[in-house]
Amino acid sequence: MSNIPNELRYVASHEWIRDEGDGTVTIGITDHAQDLLGDVVFVELPEVGDQVSAGDDMGVVESVKAASDVYAPLTGEVIAVNEDLEESPELVNSDPYGDGWFIRLRLSDADELTDLLDADGYAEHCESES
Amino acid sequence: MGNKTVLYPQHLAMGAKIVDFGGWDMPLHYGSQVEEHHRVRRESGMFDVSHMTVVDITGSDAREYLRRLLCNDVARLKQKGKALYSGMLNEQGGVIDDLIVYLMTEPDVSGEWYRVVVNCATREKDLRWMSDQVMKMDVALTEQPDLAMIAIQGPEALQRVKSVVSPYRQSLIDGLAIFQGQESEGWFIARTGYTGEDGLEIMLPEEEAEAFWQVLAEAGVAPCGLGARDTLRLEAGMNLYGQDMDETVSPLVSNMGWVVAWEPSDRFFVGRAPLEAERAAGPASKLVGLAMETGKGVLRHGQSVIVDDAVAGEITSGGFSPTLGYAVALARVSSATGAEAEVEMRGKRVSVRVVRPPFVRQGQKVYS
Repeated sequence: MSNIPNELRYVASHEWIRDEGDGTVTIGITDHAQDLLGDVVFVELPEVGDQVSAGDDMGVVESVKAASDVYAPLTGEVIAVNEDLEESPELVNSDPYGDGWFIRLRLSDADELTDLLDADGYAEHCESES
Repeated sequence: MGNKTVLYPQHLAMGAKIVDFGGWDMPLHYGSQVEEHHRVRRESGMFDVSHMTVVDITGSDAREYLRRLLCNDVARLKQKGKALYSGMLNEQGGVIDDLIVYLMTEPDVSGEWYRVVVNCATREKDLRWMSDQVMKMDVALTEQPDLAMIAIQGPEALQRVKSVVSPYRQSLIDGLAIFQGQESEGWFIARTGYTGEDGLEIMLPEEEAEAFWQVLAEAGVAPCGLGARDTLRLEAGMNLYGQDMDETVSPLVSNMGWVVAWEPSDRFFVGRAPLEAERAAGPASKLVGLAMETGKGVLRHGQSVIVDDAVAGEITSGGFSPTLGYAVALARVSSATGAEAEVEMRGKRVSVRVVRPPFVRQGQKVYS
């Protein structure tokens, strides 16, 4: 069973969201997602300053198995991207909720946070897909 | 539920992720296929290849039968245990399968014995074809389903295997030339493989396989899955049947021209006539290597190859090369394709170099 931390929020497209409590969130892909993908070899992310809207594709993860779009779970401005993934994409596999984070977003509308899945909801969603 | 090799419990115990491969439940990886790939290039790794089909060919006409069945010529096998890579073609010159054939006896004795290893996904059609081709010849085909097979590959492979086998088998391994095998008390130990590294493929009775797998693991040989096997063979420029070639294409357009033995010119083999016609006319396409040395992205099976804004062919096998750090591919393209091309990837075009495979041998980049 994959690791689904309780303190995070999730979307059905397998991104996780951590509310930093200051109007910003950190976003990555879940342990379940990285497990399905296998070894990640490239990650393409938006640039700092880009505006993204909830549901937009904002990047690509290329693994040994397949290329997968990464979707913006929320609307806002990109204020940081994880540059370590350029040299070390395997961080997505080894530490998906930590050093393997993707981007940090300043939210346009903090109310969107209420639309996200909690850990139980995401676990159920994964179950329903398997 | 698929077929399982005798090593299946070992795979589960070692944490393998299992996938279906040609009807067999096989390990894809044991955690990280990239890590497994590096272990084979740098040290040693082992693969369970017991799903492959082993057929022994005996009888007074065994040699003539194989000279007719295969596009390569078993008359080239001049030494006991020597191996030959070949295609088995249909009457149109298409590739029914690729295989390895070993001469198990001394050459030119009456009643030669050959051992053929074919792909598992093609087992039934291969056996049917091989059986149909016997006709009135004195040939017996005997499948050996009770043999397990373990491939141990990498620069340290021979040394690690030698550390866990009997002194007799150690000296036997020391005496093996590349592409040669020898029998030893029910084992067949061959210096062959599918990775571009030195290594061994060992066939052994199923009941001995688990213990041997365990002792190899204890000796530091990394268990490796089909994922690493695929990237290793791709880097080594080796074809995968069903992907890089099949019954609809000939060896001449599959980078397998070197396994067609044209001489002696009076040797008949199935598919010879259409192959000669194709060679005379000049093949319309070729199987080449593609290297994506700049930019992010992974070349993948099915992507279109573009030259001068027109589709020139298609990628047959593609993937990320862990050794090189970028994507490489095999692609079948029109014969006129030069040194540069583009690939259509996710709605955009990326530049690739057209090169001659292999990409990597013995841990080093070898194409230019």
